[in-house]
Amino acid sequence: MALRTSPEVSGMGHSMKRKEDPRFIRGKGNYVDDMQLPGMLYLDIVRSPFAHALIKKIDTTTALAVPGVLAVITGQDLAKYNLHWMPTLMSDTQMVLPVEKVMYQAQEVAAVLATTRYAAADGMAAVEVEYEPLPVVVDPKKALEPGAPVLRTDKKDKKDNHIWHWEWGDRAATDRAIAEAAVTVKQDIYIPRIHVASIETCGCIAQFDKVEGKLTVWMTTQAPHAIRTVFALVAGHVGLEEHKIRIISPDIGGGFGGKVPVYPGYVIAVAASVLTGKPIKWIEDRMENLQADSFARDYHITAELGATKDGTLTALRIKTIADHGYTDAAANPSKFPAGLFHVCSGSYDLKAAHVEVDGAYTNKPPGGIAYRCSFRVTEAVHTIERMVDIMAHQLGIDAAEFRLKNFVKPEQFPYKSALGWEYDSGNYAGALEKAMTMIGYAELKREQTEKRARGELMGIGISSFTEIVGAGPSKHFDILGLKMFDSCEIRIHPTGKAIARFGTKSQGQGHETTYAQILAEELGIPAKDIQVEEGDTDTAPYGLGTYASRSTPVAGAAAAMAARKIQDKARKIAAHLLEVAPEDLVWEPGKFSVKGAPDKFKTIQDIAFAAYTNHPQGMEAGLEAVSYYDPPNLTYPFGSYICVVDIDKGTGEVKIRRFVAIDDCGNIINPMIVQGQIHGGLTMGMAPALFEEISYDEIGNIQGGSFIDYLVPTAVETPKWETGHTVTPSPHHPLGAKGVGESATVGAPAAIANAVVDALWHLGVRHVDIPITPAKVWKLLREHGVTE
Amino acid sequence: MQITLSVNGEKHEMDVEPRLLLVHLIREVLRLTGTHIGCDTTHCGACTVLMNGRAVKSCTVFAVQARGKEIMTVEGLEQDGKLHPLQEGFMAEHGLQCGYCTPGMLMTSYAFLGKHPSPTEDDIRRAISGNLCRCTGYVNIVKAVQHAAAKMTKGGA
Repeated sequence: MALRTSPEVSGMGHSMKRKEDPRFIRGKGNYVDDMQLPGMLYLDIVRSPFAHALIKKIDTTTALAVPGVLAVITGQDLAKYNLHWMPTLMSDTQMVLPVEKVMYQAQEVAAVLATTRYAAADGMAAVEVEYEPLPVVVDPKKALEPGAPVLRTDKKDKKDNHIWHWEWGDRAATDRAIAEAAVTVKQDIYIPRIHVASIETCGCIAQFDKVEGKLTVWMTTQAPHAIRTVFALVAGHVGLEEHKIRIISPDIGGGFGGKVPVYPGYVIAVAASVLTGKPIKWIEDRMENLQADSFARDYHITAELGATKDGTLTALRIKTIADHGYTDAAANPSKFPAGLFHVCSGSYDLKAAHVEVDGAYTNKPPGGIAYRCSFRVTEAVHTIERMVDIMAHQLGIDAAEFRLKNFVKPEQFPYKSALGWEYDSGNYAGALEKAMTMIGYAELKREQTEKRARGELMGIGISSFTEIVGAGPSKHFDILGLKMFDSCEIRIHPTGKAIARFGTKSQGQGHETTYAQILAEELGIPAKDIQVEEGDTDTAPYGLGTYASRSTPVAGAAAAMAARKIQDKARKIAAHLLEVAPEDLVWEPGKFSVKGAPDKFKTIQDIAFAAYTNHPQGMEAGLEAVSYYDPPNLTYPFGSYICVVDIDKGTGEVKIRRFVAIDDCGNIINPMIVQGQIHGGLTMGMAPALFEEISYDEIGNIQGGSFIDYLVPTAVETPKWETGHTVTPSPHHPLGAKGVGESATVGAPAAIANAVVDALWHLGVRHVDIPITPAKVWKLLREHGVTE
Repeated sequence: MQITLSVNGEKHEMDVEPRLLLVHLIREVLRLTGTHIGCDTTHCGACTVLMNGRAVKSCTVFAVQARGKEIMTVEGLEQDGKLHPLQEGFMAEHGLQCGYCTPGMLMTSYAFLGKHPSPTEDDIRRAISGNLCRCTGYVNIVKAVQHAAAKMTKGGA
């Protein structure tokens, strides 16, 4: 896309330095825990050591004797106000504090209120709880077997641990196509439970003003407006009405999906503030964060892929068990309990596909949120990319050649997938060929052959993913009934400067910069002259928030549409000032000039001033607009990644030697920021591929519940990513943009896993589940007769 | 316990609980909130500050251990309205996104460059390996440190 604005204006395509950086590099950000309010009290939470147990007794005597401790709140206390349970975003129910029993290790049991952080922690340690352990269900497959202990005894008539069954696609056609396929491959794939582990944990300050009856909550949320509505719906009966609730999402230290749900700590802090009239601060520590906040993934998948003899893919069939912990607290659009998992036909032109998922309750923390990905899209991409790779290897066809043969072709767009999605645009071969050139694919293949002859283990893995982001069109997309539009409100001041507010909330993506650039592109007002604000429900227009790469596709589009409304009015004002008809004016970013007389013009700044000082009679003064954008379709970013790994036969360590990522997110707003998103996404793709996993032993004890054993990659393990891009604009987005924050997290794990299996295929290895740890590889090598 | 310490060149005398962590003294007593807390196991490095010129994780240092010491936090980097080359480097190279790990990264890098003015990329990666970043993938953080190193070597800053 050619630049339409100067660097001074910095519209789309400029690598403008970020407007948010001056405060962050000085340590002047404003995160929730940075705030202190007069008279503020601190909350700490007592958590269960057992994964499943009856609560026999909670003795608070010792805790209440601790200096500074003011109260201990239990489920019984909340039950008086009917606040001991709350709904999840998936219309299941979750305990705020338990009355009868706990359902997972680290579940909230009671909350201690004290005058200082230290006193609250002392009080927490002094609460004595008597438990009676119950049988624990850890394995979701066993949870669904007849005779398994029923976990949700709170639900009347619930006789098993099955949450829901969901399926999509043409079952009969798929069964037939798989049966008729000349070649089929079948694979069990487990995508383990992981955690976003944003470096800032979750927390809030709840402040209830008893005189005004108004609640203000500063909280780590990616979706402040939806949270306000949820609070009003849940606590309306105790007098919290929506016009008296203000949610403020200040600077957020990373979100990645983990700051979408409402956690019990927030609700307890709100309840405590309403009861005491004091501001209450609750900040979780890292272990609470990893052990109790919503997890991601945890899909047990069985996939089958069919092809003709010559290697044309025909059909995909997937069955999955989704482990949701003790309640379905996923953050999916209401209609789709398995999110957008049914984008699993990926970049390939399949004739038929069918996918079914069954949700199961277990004694684990609730969730099913994303880990920097649009609703279950990583699960989908990992499955199809692994299966396609297995098929290519099975047929003895080069994995790149096999993909190129089976891709949806550029001329097929808009493309209706076998699972019913309408892909907006794509050039899959273009991205893969660019990646192959950049990495020197042919040369690497030669090197691999030579190394294999010498007994060295080198693998080349490809992932050619298609994402589905920008939820979403109101016809199909809502969360708790709230349609998934998003918004932008712009006010141009008389001096030509502007403020723009959005329904989204940046957590590091750089919205203050990129939104300003969109408006600079559309209005010609320099991006530096546009103040962008988000996250305060009292001032910003309503929107569903930032997750699932929806900010650019939805709120970014709203910015363009609102700017175009302003441009329309500006045209009328310019016509008035220049004494010509509006249709006689030509727009270029920043000014209207008279057709055929380019020296007769009015700048947007002239027009803004006139809007307040010399507007046409009969026209309303001012220059403001708001847009609530309902996207006509989702956007489908895509890319091709190629990864080269070397495997140490002695230790089983997988070393990423090179990783080339070609992404296509449509038109680019800020290349510097896009590249930064890819770098980060790749690292969060590598993390679960090689290091991160949360698992549980047979009695529900967590493994991976602190940074001691939950291995977030450091700069040493992280390779030097090589990036590039192609540009295939979205035809329906007003800026041709698609969204980029999550592409790399979605695409990277399969490239790494495929590289590892490629290195080991000749030994007989067909699959390895992520995370591909040295121990796992070492064991595989020994099983397949490889010694040092 | 009565302690005296200097923070960013300013002397403080105060009475602290023996168990008070240095990070809480910095954030909650002195209200310098640029130093962040990201874990409880000394892994994430968001709380990194300098104690007598050495980078330490202030969540694992008691305030009383800082008695008589000179502490420098991220707020001490900018001098007389002039940004430190590291601060400029992080902004120029897009070395930060959410900003939460940034103060710790800056302080670790500051201590590191003090001892290794012309580091290799590998040196930098090892030096910041006690600081976790979830947003950037480290590539641009490395570039930011290189940016600063080049500027400091040239300019003698």
